[in-house]
Amino acid sequence: MKIIVCIKQVPDTADIKWTKNNTLQRKGMDSVINPFDEFALETALQIKDELKNVSIRVISMGPKQAENSLKEALALGCDEASIICDKKFAAADTIATSKTIATAIKKNFSDFDLIICGQFATDGDTAQTGPMLAENLNLPQITYVRKIISIIDNEITAEKETDYGIETLKVKLPALICIQKGDYNIRSAKIGGYIYAQQKEISQIDFESLEINEDSIGLKGSPTYVSKAFRPQTEHNVQFISVEDMVQILKGGQE
Amino acid sequence: MKEILVFSELTPNFNIAKVVFELGTKAKELSQKLDNAKVSAVIVNKHADYSEIVNSLSKYGFNKVYLVKDDRYERYSSELYTNAVCNIVNEIQPEIMLFPATRLGRDLAPKVAARLNFGLTADCTEFDINEKGQLASTRPTFGGSLMATILSKSQTQMATARANVFKAIEVAEPANIEIEERFYLTNDIADLVEIIDFKPFEANDGQNIVDAEIVVAGGMGMKNKEGFELLKKFADILGGQVGASRKAVEAGLADVSVQIGQTGKTVTPKLYIACGIAGAIQHLVGMNMSDKIIAINSDPNAPIFKNADYGIVGDVFEVLPKFIDRFKSV
Repeated sequence: MKIIVCIKQVPDTADIKWTKNNTLQRKGMDSVINPFDEFALETALQIKDELKNVSIRVISMGPKQAENSLKEALALGCDEASIICDKKFAAADTIATSKTIATAIKKNFSDFDLIICGQFATDGDTAQTGPMLAENLNLPQITYVRKIISIIDNEITAEKETDYGIETLKVKLPALICIQKGDYNIRSAKIGGYIYAQQKEISQIDFESLEINEDSIGLKGSPTYVSKAFRPQTEHNVQFISVEDMVQILKGGQE
Repeated sequence: MKEILVFSELTPNFNIAKVVFELGTKAKELSQKLDNAKVSAVIVNKHADYSEIVNSLSKYGFNKVYLVKDDRYERYSSELYTNAVCNIVNEIQPEIMLFPATRLGRDLAPKVAARLNFGLTADCTEFDINEKGQLASTRPTFGGSLMATILSKSQTQMATARANVFKAIEVAEPANIEIEERFYLTNDIADLVEIIDFKPFEANDGQNIVDAEIVVAGGMGMKNKEGFELLKKFADILGGQVGASRKAVEAGLADVSVQIGQTGKTVTPKLYIACGIAGAIQHLVGMNMSDKIIAINSDPNAPIFKNADYGIVGDVFEVLPKFIDRFKSV
């Protein structure tokens, strides 16, 4: 069974600083694997623990530095890693991003059985790239997966959390699932894993190799664009009060 | 005539999800800047009597409702719903389409957008029409530390917004609402995802907190289960509901259904009281649109105070019992 896990390297949100122009202050910034993608990786690794002949390829689209996250994923137990990286892919919105990743998968790893994505990334928080990737690859999708129940005879059964309850869904592979945070722990890499990761080459996927129309990727291929970015202004001007004051305020009809 | 289309999600009890009324109210406001565009709703569901549903939509500014009916739509299916929504968008070509950023909406909207190759802006907290007549969608990114206003080049500009971000306001005189039924053949559509079980959440899974006028939320400063019991007592005398920060939920102090913030629920009560919550940006995005915010924290430099109207610097285990005592006696 061949699994592809899509991960994104994101700034550590606890550590974000902005320049005067409201662009990311990348210098000295810590980057991490998107926390939801860590659950996607853990899910794939658990499948590998349970079943025979499972191989996991981890893919990331992003700048060269995203290789650090791919190395981390290899250290955790993924078998292969690929980076989709080219200046021409930059500034893509979710439509252009999902198209680029879909093309890379179709061209290079079309024999997969299952694609696993994190439900959303903590930087953009759109939750769009997973379902858009499924659509571009013409795959059935299950989003908000919190647990995989079984994989039997090329069929995966999983629990999905909706706004109203827990659905148990079954889908024939190939399929794409988006994982939300589960109530299980995420493993840490061991020394042997880091040695494997150090030695393992990350395959490079660039613009030319994809033979994709330049108008459908990057900024040009993005139907949405940012017209303005600004820091949120808090309208509050805190007034420090005593418990007595608070009693008065709340007794007085919250005024 | 220009048109703003709202995907109108139904609840399992066959009612319109409240967020649809919020989107309708907002769409009506946008329509005034967009040549009085028609505000319409699209419902994708089974064959049934929709008179009550249609009636409720007319109260929130909708001029028209498209009923796309088929018994295969009774349960949500990514594939079948995507097909239905793409068909109707292709036919009526609205200028704008809004989806609720519910779990269903977040499953459906990106699939629709990708199939139509249209732009989609997720989880917006403000919509406006700019001087060129485009939809300007503003959304928080990086956990709420930066706001971005996003425009779309697509024929239909698509966006989603979460529940409770906009207020639903009943119109004074509901206009006559036009009803149009549409049918699409579904025989050829294979739905590869099969549902084998559904377990509804007990006790409406934190819906209380989304609808509450007063929310009392606890963070790690509440320390333990006893702390949350104290919080419950405090909430009860005010007639409020108890919520929690992500850290408190992860520490097992409160149920995930009442988690407030980026990965939890968005609340906009009249009064929000943050107890022992530091105020990480991920928490703030889920509550900073509350009408009035009171923060209680022992650390005078906690970021929560920058987002509060009133602050009490002190230990919650001293402040709350004292408050409860005085409040009862006044």
